[in-house]
Amino acid sequence: MSPSLVAPEPEHCPGPESEQAGQGDACAGCPNQQICASTPKGPDPDIPIIRERLSQVRHKILVLSGKGGVGKSTFSSLLAHAFSANPDSMVGLMDTDITGPSIPKLMGVESETIHVSNAGWSPVWVTDNLGAMSVQFMLPNRDDAVIWRGPKKNGLIKQFLKDVDWGELDYLIIDTPPGTSDEHLSVNSLLKDSGVDGAVVVTTPQEVSLLDVRKEIDFCRKAGIRVLGLVENMSGFVCKNCNTESQIFRATTGGGKRLAKKMGIPFLGAVPLDPRIGMACDYGESFVDGFPDSPAAKAIKQVVRAVGQLVGEDPDTVLPDDTAE
Amino acid sequence: MPLDGVKNIVLVLSGKGGVGKSSVTLQLALALTLQGKSVGILDIDLTGPSIPRLVGLEDAKITQAPGGWVPVTVHPASTNDGAQRGSLRCMSLGFLLRDRGDAVIWRGPKKTAMIRQFLSDVYWGETDYLLVDTPPGTSDEHIALAEQLLRPATTNPAAGSSTMPRLAGAVLVTTPQAVATSDVRKEVNFCVKTQIPMLGVIENMSGYTCPCCGEVTNLFSSGGGQVMAQETGVKFLGAVPVDIQFGELVEGKVVDESDDESEDGAQPEQKREQKQDEVVDERPLVERYKDCWSYSRFEGFADTLLSEIEGGVAY
Repeated sequence: MSPSLVAPEPEHCPGPESEQAGQGDACAGCPNQQICASTPKGPDPDIPIIRERLSQVRHKILVLSGKGGVGKSTFSSLLAHAFSANPDSMVGLMDTDITGPSIPKLMGVESETIHVSNAGWSPVWVTDNLGAMSVQFMLPNRDDAVIWRGPKKNGLIKQFLKDVDWGELDYLIIDTPPGTSDEHLSVNSLLKDSGVDGAVVVTTPQEVSLLDVRKEIDFCRKAGIRVLGLVENMSGFVCKNCNTESQIFRATTGGGKRLAKKMGIPFLGAVPLDPRIGMACDYGESFVDGFPDSPAAKAIKQVVRAVGQLVGEDPDTVLPDDTAE
Repeated sequence: MPLDGVKNIVLVLSGKGGVGKSSVTLQLALALTLQGKSVGILDIDLTGPSIPRLVGLEDAKITQAPGGWVPVTVHPASTNDGAQRGSLRCMSLGFLLRDRGDAVIWRGPKKTAMIRQFLSDVYWGETDYLLVDTPPGTSDEHIALAEQLLRPATTNPAAGSSTMPRLAGAVLVTTPQAVATSDVRKEVNFCVKTQIPMLGVIENMSGYTCPCCGEVTNLFSSGGGQVMAQETGVKFLGAVPVDIQFGELVEGKVVDESDDESEDGAQPEQKREQKQDEVVDERPLVERYKDCWSYSRFEGFADTLLSEIEGGVAY
């Protein structure tokens, strides 16, 4: 439970929820000291509620990357679309990027709003078996900026986990913002009890991106999150005029494959850069349904099957392999 | 006095990640130094600092001097071939980490404190332009930056006394597709709310020319940045297509020990050696950058910014 503070946290604040709240060196003179000191300590009382709420969710998968713009949200939405291609699976997609939510746009449900009922907030249903939740649905205006500090973001993420009525789900995919900060720590601490299947880490081939992704894998290790595997996005580009493949984002240091090998995590596959993916995303359509025969779609399907297998499902029930036939 | 000697501060912002904030920052900085300005880059992306890698100085460390932390020098000021070149220095959390793979797992208040320290404890000295590279979003880092800068710096060119740094404004970076511009619109709103002037929008990764046949492909559709600029009433500075050459310039240097077999065969190895030869060639980044064709674009942006910021105000 997060106390309501009267002033911004001071430098080196131990955190209003921490054991040292109100007692640290930085707390001396802080207007919040009394509030923090009187907050009950110990495990967050909301965690059992979250566990109860998410007990009907069979698999919880995080999509992470230290770097921004590598395709976390795109990949999350592709994963969600692919899982929901099986009409028997119920899929939820949660967007924890508070200041830059992309999921509503990618799913083509930007103008929807959330309905509140006795059971909690209802997610926005994109198809019969695919629901999405994002802060974007709560903004009165599409372009409104959410200028929030960490604790406020954490509060909303907790509400997403505690108050959203997901119902029975086979997969809950959690899309995250770039970095290793508040959102990631919150998601991890709140979900630890409910059990997360693992994280899919997304990267692009160039070293600038791998550098940040290495940090994210380090974070997963420190936080005790299982890394399901690494996906390399925007890997190579085939000119549609002359069919020459060129490396727009060059893998000068071996790309995702080498990083995965070095860090000892599975490499799930490389998805080539296809302008049609971006286009499908801008219009909120499913790329895999729209262009099932493109190399990118085939690569994505392979990755989805691999993810399904890693969380303990039969890949043929997750996504029937039509490439083999 | 924090930021003593800094004349103008320019923020590079984007709501979206991976659109090229850091590379735009670097290219603007290089273009400005080639105009004879002394430039500093402050990288406040704490959980994903990219500037050390882009300038090829990942192993550099920050030193402490009586005036404060001394930023890392990329190239000093010089006047060769009659052309005056300003110095380029940068500061990033990446320089303070023990290992380049270390994760910085910090919550908001700690990030705020670090940014405060970056703004108060770094000894920049005489600097014409301080470019601030930011992380994506509109959260702790941005709030801290706005709070810290709007106090000691003024946005009013008329009130700018010679001792006070001027927060000249923000350059917004986007890519053409709607997913990116919708986040950048939020950043525009952030600037409006915090009253940070907006200098303009740069559309990055706008098209890619196939090196084989010259066919131009719009990787991430096109024109989105311009439309967004028009709709939000911000000046459109221009579009930059993907420049492979610049990409190779900042990527080319291989830091990892190439211990295992390169799976793409021998050709990249040769490329690497070539690159390393160039490094041995000791040509500074700025000289090599002049060969990239995107330099001409950024020269234009730098000119626009200079006239916009310094127009009428004599230094």
